[in-house]
Amino acid sequence: MAKFKKSSKGGSQEINASSMSDVIFMLLFFFMTVTTMKEVEYKVQFQLPDATELTKLEKKSLVTYIYIGPPTAQNRARMGSETRIQLNDKYAEVADIQDYIAQEKGSMKEEDQPYMTVSLKIDKDTKMGIVNDVKQALRKAYALKISYAATKGHIEEHHYR
Amino acid sequence: MAKREVPQPNTSSTADIAFLLLIFFLITTTMVTDTGLSRRLPPPVDSDVEQKVEERNTLVVLVSQDNKIMCQKKEIELWELKDIAKEFIENPHNDIHLPKKVPVTIDFFGQVEITKPHVISLQNDRSTKYSKYIEVQNELIAAYNELRDELSLRTFGKSFAELDEDRQKAVADYYPQKISEAEPKEYK
Repeated sequence: MAKFKKSSKGGSQEINASSMSDVIFMLLFFFMTVTTMKEVEYKVQFQLPDATELTKLEKKSLVTYIYIGPPTAQNRARMGSETRIQLNDKYAEVADIQDYIAQEKGSMKEEDQPYMTVSLKIDKDTKMGIVNDVKQALRKAYALKISYAATKGHIEEHHYR
Repeated sequence: MAKREVPQPNTSSTADIAFLLLIFFLITTTMVTDTGLSRRLPPPVDSDVEQKVEERNTLVVLVSQDNKIMCQKKEIELWELKDIAKEFIENPHNDIHLPKKVPVTIDFFGQVEITKPHVISLQNDRSTKYSKYIEVQNELIAAYNELRDELSLRTFGKSFAELDEDRQKAVADYYPQKISEAEPKEYK
């Protein structure tokens, strides 16, 4: 009928694609902001040790983090330079770990709870004493799957010493 | 002069550029996965209950307070540890000082003799450096991984990572990972 009259010129009409870039830019900004916001603000400094036999932590939602290291430069005046533990985004003591784990476990789905993994991000110059204390606390809290966070790298002493 | 039309810049490529950026961010964000040495802690037990393990079945690795590695009370270097651990886990010549072999039945392998009761006891001092401890853990895990890889190549002609789930489980059963992270003790 007359309503759907072909354009008199004929041939294919060009689609206006100028808004496409805006849409994609919006998506781009969304991803950029989301990825930076997810990070926890580190209150402790840590340089992870090197290792070669690494396994990947698969599901991010099942992972809980514990950070151990000396306080960052801006907190050092207040906290000193002794090794500290960070849970979520504040300093904590070994005694707080059990509550923290219980709380994190509670916020997970019940079927996921047995697969909970605790990623220990520990500075490489830390003394094992505090690490042992944390491990004992984790055992008591029944968070038995742990992962010592490490970066891929060679262990120098292998060849030279 | 006749009025000229102002030429419009061609914007069709901005979408492509934005797409490229988008894809870049998508990939980089998913690629930042956490890696680490996966371990399983033993469940809490009463401290009085001490499991008795035969002496030949244990390999004591101690990282001392001055970050030296002592293996069965002998000081060793880090690079020696992997081979010692591999020999200990495998016990290839049925040495009476190395772990006892027991017959077990595993899928794909049938009846085999493996050093099932072995335990590598990793001990440390309170002032041991964490990085040293991780290096030692890494070597011990490497020993298991190498043994599993060798076995996979021998029997299936593929590396451990390339095997399907059932075969991986069989190989892992053949060389079960038994690293015990002992509770801290005071060492003089």
